[in-house]
Amino acid sequence: MTKSSSAGDQAAVGRAELAAPRAALSEAGKRRTDSDAGIDDSEETIREALHPDIHDPIIDVASLSLWYGEKQALFDISMAISKNKVTSLIGPSGCGKSTLLRCFNRLNDLIGTVRIDGDVFFEGESILGPDMDVHLLRKRIGMVFQKSNPFPKSIYENVAYGCRLQGISSTAELDLIVERSLRDAALWDEVKDRLHDNALGLSGGQQQRLCIARAIAVEPEVILYDEPCSALDPIATSRIEALMRTLTKDYTQVIVTHNLQQAGRVSDYTAFLYLGELIEYGPTEQMFVDPRRKRTEYYLTGRFG
Amino acid sequence: MIEIILVAALLCISALAYRWGRNYALAAVSGNPRKLHSLPGHYGAYVALWCAIPALVVVALWLILEPRLIDYLLVSHLPDEIKTLSSAQIDLLINDIKNLADGNILSREPDPAMQAAADHYNRWHDIGLASLAIIAFLLSASGAMCARRRIAPRFEAIYKVERLIKAFLLLGSTVAVLTTIGIVLSLLFEALRFFNRVPFWDFAFGTEWSPQTAIRDDQVGSSGAFGSIPVFAGTAMISAIAMTVAVPVGLFAAVFMSEYASTRTRSALKPVLEILAGIPTVVYGFFAALTVAPAIRDMGQSLGLDVASESALAAGMVMGIMIIPFVSSLSDDVLNAVPNGLREASYGVGATRSETILKVLLPAALPGIVGGILLAISRAIGETMIVVMAAGLAANLTANPFEAVTTVTVQIVTLLVGDQEFDSAKTLSAFALGLGLFILTLCFNIVALRMVRKYREQYE
Ligand SMILES: Nc1ncnc2c1ncn2[C@@H]1O[C@H](COP(=O)(O)OP(=O)(O)OP(=O)(O)O)[C@@H](O)[C@H]1O
Ligand SMILES: [Mg+2]
Repeated sequence: MTKSSSAGDQAAVGRAELAAPRAALSEAGKRRTDSDAGIDDSEETIREALHPDIHDPIIDVASLSLWYGEKQALFDISMAISKNKVTSLIGPSGCGKSTLLRCFNRLNDLIGTVRIDGDVFFEGESILGPDMDVHLLRKRIGMVFQKSNPFPKSIYENVAYGCRLQGISSTAELDLIVERSLRDAALWDEVKDRLHDNALGLSGGQQQRLCIARAIAVEPEVILYDEPCSALDPIATSRIEALMRTLTKDYTQVIVTHNLQQAGRVSDYTAFLYLGELIEYGPTEQMFVDPRRKRTEYYLTGRFG
Repeated sequence: MIEIILVAALLCISALAYRWGRNYALAAVSGNPRKLHSLPGHYGAYVALWCAIPALVVVALWLILEPRLIDYLLVSHLPDEIKTLSSAQIDLLINDIKNLADGNILSREPDPAMQAAADHYNRWHDIGLASLAIIAFLLSASGAMCARRRIAPRFEAIYKVERLIKAFLLLGSTVAVLTTIGIVLSLLFEALRFFNRVPFWDFAFGTEWSPQTAIRDDQVGSSGAFGSIPVFAGTAMISAIAMTVAVPVGLFAAVFMSEYASTRTRSALKPVLEILAGIPTVVYGFFAALTVAPAIRDMGQSLGLDVASESALAAGMVMGIMIIPFVSSLSDDVLNAVPNGLREASYGVGATRSETILKVLLPAALPGIVGGILLAISRAIGETMIVVMAAGLAANLTANPFEAVTTVTVQIVTLLVGDQEFDSAKTLSAFALGLGLFILTLCFNIVALRMVRKYREQYE
């Protein structure tokens, strides 16, 4: 899919063009049409839909595109993420939510075929640049995965893992960190008597909260959640949502979710992605009550996607 | 020869029966296979199996029983004075009669009684074959008829066919298991015969191994010493040397392949490493005897060490090279089977690659890796050719890897090659050694498989 920037071809406007905000903005006054869904948003609407007021941004995505080999998964995404707020990423399956999330802590590096264009800034520093210390970055931006993945070690060692990597080895200090993290993750009461049991013996929901404890034990500044509740029952889900709310005072959180109610409950800002493009981004309430763009409205009302 | 033609004919008839049953089933539902309970082919297979199996079973029984039956008839028709001969002589006579009947050369001049017996033999044989053919064809025809008569649209042919297939599969595994049991039992009984001559404790704890015994009473020769410790110690030393080569190299290779190499490098490297496992061990043997052993000797000499030209070190090192792919391939598989989520979790809190490998991947994969290493050890213990060629035959009880040692397998080979009396203690000791070796590798394998299985369970 190519991006057109010449002023002449108004007729052949593809989907990619619609979602390319820079191209769109550079050609003010021109109307974009979307042939496949009959969506017809004005220039003004698109600008509004993509540029909410973000106070105190901590992460800044600047026209990010990403390819898995030949296949492009993200198309020119620009968005800023507000500090100490919860931002949710929603969109149909395969639209690139996880991919975008994994750009923030460069976990995509593990996949050999990934190529990235554009940049992401974390507190003004380029994440993708050659000077970035990836390991330090990942300490500052923690992640909780869709499938809970505790190490086959004891509960204690799971939580202490990241701290041990940072060279903390005093038992007293580790004990404190483990207790604090498990308390923060609302797991302490359930496991305090069995800290040295194997973590694989916990239930799925407990394992997921253990993974959260492991992520917050190293005191990151940002926590990324990739569908943290997709395998959990409503009680465990509401626990984790409550946890996210209590964590907002210290942490910036970004959550990928398929559960629109969840996005509505926990997040301050919501970004809607569709086929690798950012369609709309704004305060959650506004997006759910009064979406700017038709495609967002369709998705939220369940008309497609 | 005729029997082979008979079997081929039966198979051809079964093929025809297949078509017959299939077409009959189709005709029964006027060509609409959906009205059948099973696929048309299952009805064909049902008829074909009933056609072939009873007839083939009869042929097989015949092939087994016919020679005995004819022998019995021959003996009972022989003149009475011959029946008093010893059984060995009667066997010889019957052999001659058969040779005469086939027109071969005899060990004696044929007399009229033998000629008559040979004629009898030929007649019985012909009658037997003819009746076999008739019975077999009748059986196959009636089997096919009966089977076809049962065919109806609702007849559950597929279940019957599957039950039969299951029986065949069961037969296959039974054969494998029975063979194993047979081998173990024969080892056990021969070893017991050995322990009748040489006390078990002398064998298990003796420190001197020199199995030369006098074969005849008047022969000058040693009485033999059957202490197996030096032999097993040799095996242990060579295996240990092999493992000190194979484990680090194999493990490093595995970690490199699964964690550092790109997919392309890995897909090129892995087969190359596995080729090492495909080289015939005798080739490793040359390599050990002609290249490595002299090199080690020369190196030792230049350092002022006294190195035997056949040394445990040479054999062990080459064996280690041979075993590298066992360790690397299994460990690589095990490392790859560690869920990717664990890697992501580790990198996600800022671990470097080596931290992830050391603290997460290797501990998680450890049971599998240890299992692989144990399997490699039992391979090393059983290896013969390299040691025969490079480590020598002298049963020295030594801890010096520069000396020649011998191993269990090598001793078994030397005890059994050449002309041997099969009930001397010397020959029988090979079975005792074999039994010891078998028990040793069995233990290693059991522990190894347990560990690998435990590892699998952990992630299921
Ligand atoms: N490792 C990979 N190699 C190749 N293509 C990939 C890879 N991972 C993801 N993709 C592709 O990138 C696109 C975006 O995938 P991504 O996992 O980001 O979707 P998602 O929005 O998280 O979907 P879901 O909600 O189902 O998790 C998909 O089309 C997917 O097929
Ligand atoms: Mg995803």
